[in-house]
Order: sequence, then structure tokens, then C-alpha cells
Amino acid sequence: MPRKTFELELAQLETEMLTMAAQVENALTEAVDILERRDMDAARALIARDHDINAQRFAIEAQCLVVVATQQPMASDLRVVAAILFNVNELERIGDYAKGIAKINLLIGPGPLLKPLVDIPRMAELTRSMLHRAIDAFVRRDVALARVIPAEDDQVDALFEQVNHDLIQMIIADPSVTRQANLLTWAAHNLERAADRVTNLCERVIFTVTGELIELDTDEASPLE
Amino acid sequence: MEKISVQQLNFFYGAKQALSDISLDIEDRKITALIGPSGCGKSTFLRCLNRMNDTIPGTRVTGQILLDGENIYAPDTDVIGLRSRVGMVFQRPNPFPQSIFDNVAFGPRVLHTHRENGLAPVVEASLQQVGLWDEVKDILRQDALRLSLGQQQRLCIARAIAVKPEVILMDEPCSALDPIATLEVEELMRILRANFCIVIVTHNMQQAARVSDRTGFFWLGKLVETDATETMFTRPSNKLTEDYITGRAG
Repeated sequence: MPRKTFELELAQLETEMLTMAAQVENALTEAVDILERRDMDAARALIARDHDINAQRFAIEAQCLVVVATQQPMASDLRVVAAILFNVNELERIGDYAKGIAKINLLIGPGPLLKPLVDIPRMAELTRSMLHRAIDAFVRRDVALARVIPAEDDQVDALFEQVNHDLIQMIIADPSVTRQANLLTWAAHNLERAADRVTNLCERVIFTVTGELIELDTDEASPLE
Repeated sequence: MEKISVQQLNFFYGAKQALSDISLDIEDRKITALIGPSGCGKSTFLRCLNRMNDTIPGTRVTGQILLDGENIYAPDTDVIGLRSRVGMVFQRPNPFPQSIFDNVAFGPRVLHTHRENGLAPVVEASLQQVGLWDEVKDILRQDALRLSLGQQQRLCIARAIAVKPEVILMDEPCSALDPIATLEVEELMRILRANFCIVIVTHNMQQAARVSDRTGFFWLGKLVETDATETMFTRPSNKLTEDYITGRAG
């Protein structure tokens, strides 16, 4: 192996990105779990942990620049580094969406929710699963998997529309619930956006393997876009 | 528009075949870089382009190299004339042990392209083109070997362009230079590209990536792949090219 040091540095970058992705994945499902449990302390702790995710993103970004400057990666190696640079930005944003849900939890306060959450936890689980497999596709350089994941974004979008519809109906029936209904819509919107970013991660898998930058369209965009 | 069209070129050192079936179009006013490991044939190929290999006994060429559509290996080719059209810059700066002025004036004198009293403007123009004029205008009669290596190499480029070639071949032109002198020669190449067809052989892949418009990858006497430089260094088509430029082969 003529470039052992470089191979190790690349592998280390990828491992650090995986660690960050695992934390973001946890934050996403935990944020909704905390929302359901009405746990204010856990929401504050999750918000605090987002700083760690942001710090990891900067550390990985800095290390990518060191690798570029010192090892001058070319071709597929360069694409891996470029993809990691891009991915950590996307992961950091997904982490922000989780943090946003925790903030919504604090804004709603410790009282009960308007209704038991059904579709929002489903959105969270779907998005978490998409994220998990997108990262898996990157690690395995699996273009076929990367191509099929974005289609699942349609299910997340459909659930978001359902949540939106239900909450509007509740507002029409009783305008006094407007504030909480609005906040819950934002929580669902955060999940919908997180799933969109998973599509971006899938696009980078294809870029890493083939060098092609293509847009993986899902059937329908968010109704808010 | 191609300046040089190489068609099914084979080259032999005695019984040993050094180049196999090379076909390549080299565009005018562009920089073409040739990369590949030692012994892959890239310098041999470069030397075919102005028939420098003719001087090596026992060598043989088949195929064609067309310069502006004319085969330079045709029996009636004026080889001296060819070499004034296709100039060469070598690995180590090789100024003649003469003054700066005489180095640049050497070609025009030998080829009788200018009268003795018409040489000064040619020398000045050539030194201007390589960005050396301001540095040496007051010491033109000084021994060229007293210049720094980087200056010597730019002087050699000035000497090459003084006879107004159409093509400049560069064989590892920066391998003896320090990083700053290397970057100066690379900047110079980009300026010269406006007027010349430039072909450079380099071991330094970053140099090929920085300076060239197109890159060809040689391996064991064959041209494996040629493409736009930015494509070659971001997503080459061939696995062997990928392995070489990522440092996993060669």
C-alpha cells in the first residue's frame, strides 16, 4: 500500500463522520420521544448536546482541509473528502432540526399535548431510518441503495400533510389551540426538512462513486416549498 | 483545432518496443501534459514529436505524426527546420556557457533568421515573453551560468522561443527548480499558451493538474487515457488512471 498514512487519514475522517451521524440519528428520534413524554429537562439536555454535534462538524471540516492540504487527494479520494465536507454540513443541519423540536417542546411547556402524537413519531422513525441507510450507503458506496432511499421522502411528505391537515382542523374547531397546533406543525416541518436533507446525502453517495452530481428528485416537494 | 495528430505510433529501441499504437491529437494554443511512471514512454513519445530520437542509433518508428497535416517522418522532411518549428526545453536548465544575450541569440544566428544588428530586438522580445527582461536587461553580457536555476530555465525557454517555434516540448522542465521558480515557470507556460502549442512531460501530478488543459496518461508504452485535465483529476474513466493518480499504482 503506497499511501498507508493517507488511507488511515481518510478512514479516520469517515469514522468521525459516522460517529457524528449516529449522534444526529439519536437526537432526531429522542427529540420526538421527549416531546411525547413532555420532558423539559431532557429537552434542555438535547439542546445542550447540539453544541457537541456542531463542534464535531467543525473538527471534521478542519481535518478535511488538512488532508487536502497535506495529501493532495485526487479523483475518487478527492470526491470522498468533498462528500464528507458536504455531509457533515447536512448532518449538522439535521441536528439543528432535532434541536428545534426540543425548543418547541420547551415553548409548549410541561402541560399536556392537544392529542396523542401518532404521525409525528412515524415521521421521525421514517426519517431516522432513511438517514441510517443513507449513511450506510455511503460507507458501502452503494449507489443502488442511495437511489431508492429518496423515494421514501414522499411518505414523510404525505405524513406532514396529514399532520398539517389534522392540526388545521383542530384550530378551526377550537381557535384557542392555535399556538400549540402551530408549534406542532413546526415540529413536523422540521422532520420533513430533515428527510429532504437525507436525499442530499444520497446524492453524495452517487457523486462519491461515479463523480456525477445529479439531483435525486422525489415525486412531490414539500407543500411549504 | 489540433496542431499535431499522432496516428498509430510505434517506437522501438532495437528489438524493444517502447511505444505501442499511440494515437493522440494535440491541440494548438493549449497545454497538454503527459503523465505516467518512470519508463512508461512519455519522454520517448515527447522526443518523437521533433524527431529527437533520430539521434539514438537502432531506433525505429512506425505510424505517423502529422504537424499541421504533414507527416514529420516523411522521407523529405527537413529535420532542422522541424526542430525550429518544434522547440524543446529540458529537465535541467542547460544554458550555453555564453552571455545571456548570446544564449537567446543563438538560434536566430544559427538559422540566419536575422542579421547581426537585428538580433537585439529578438533577444529583448524573447526575454520579455518569459518575464526575464527586467531582471537581466542591465547584465545581458553577463555569463548565463551566473543566473539562478529558475532564471536559467526561463532563459532556456526564451532561447527556445527566439526562433519562433509553433510547438514547445517541455521534458520535466521544473524538476531541478525550487517551488517558487517552479510556479514562475508554470505561470510563464500559461502566458505562452496564448501563442504556442505546449506539450509537457511531468512526474509531478499536481503540476499537470495545475498547468495543463488536457492530460494523457502513459503506462507501459501505451496511452491509457486522455481527457480534459479537470476530468482526469476528478473522475478519470479508466481504473488504471484512477489507481495511478490516487497513488495506488505505479
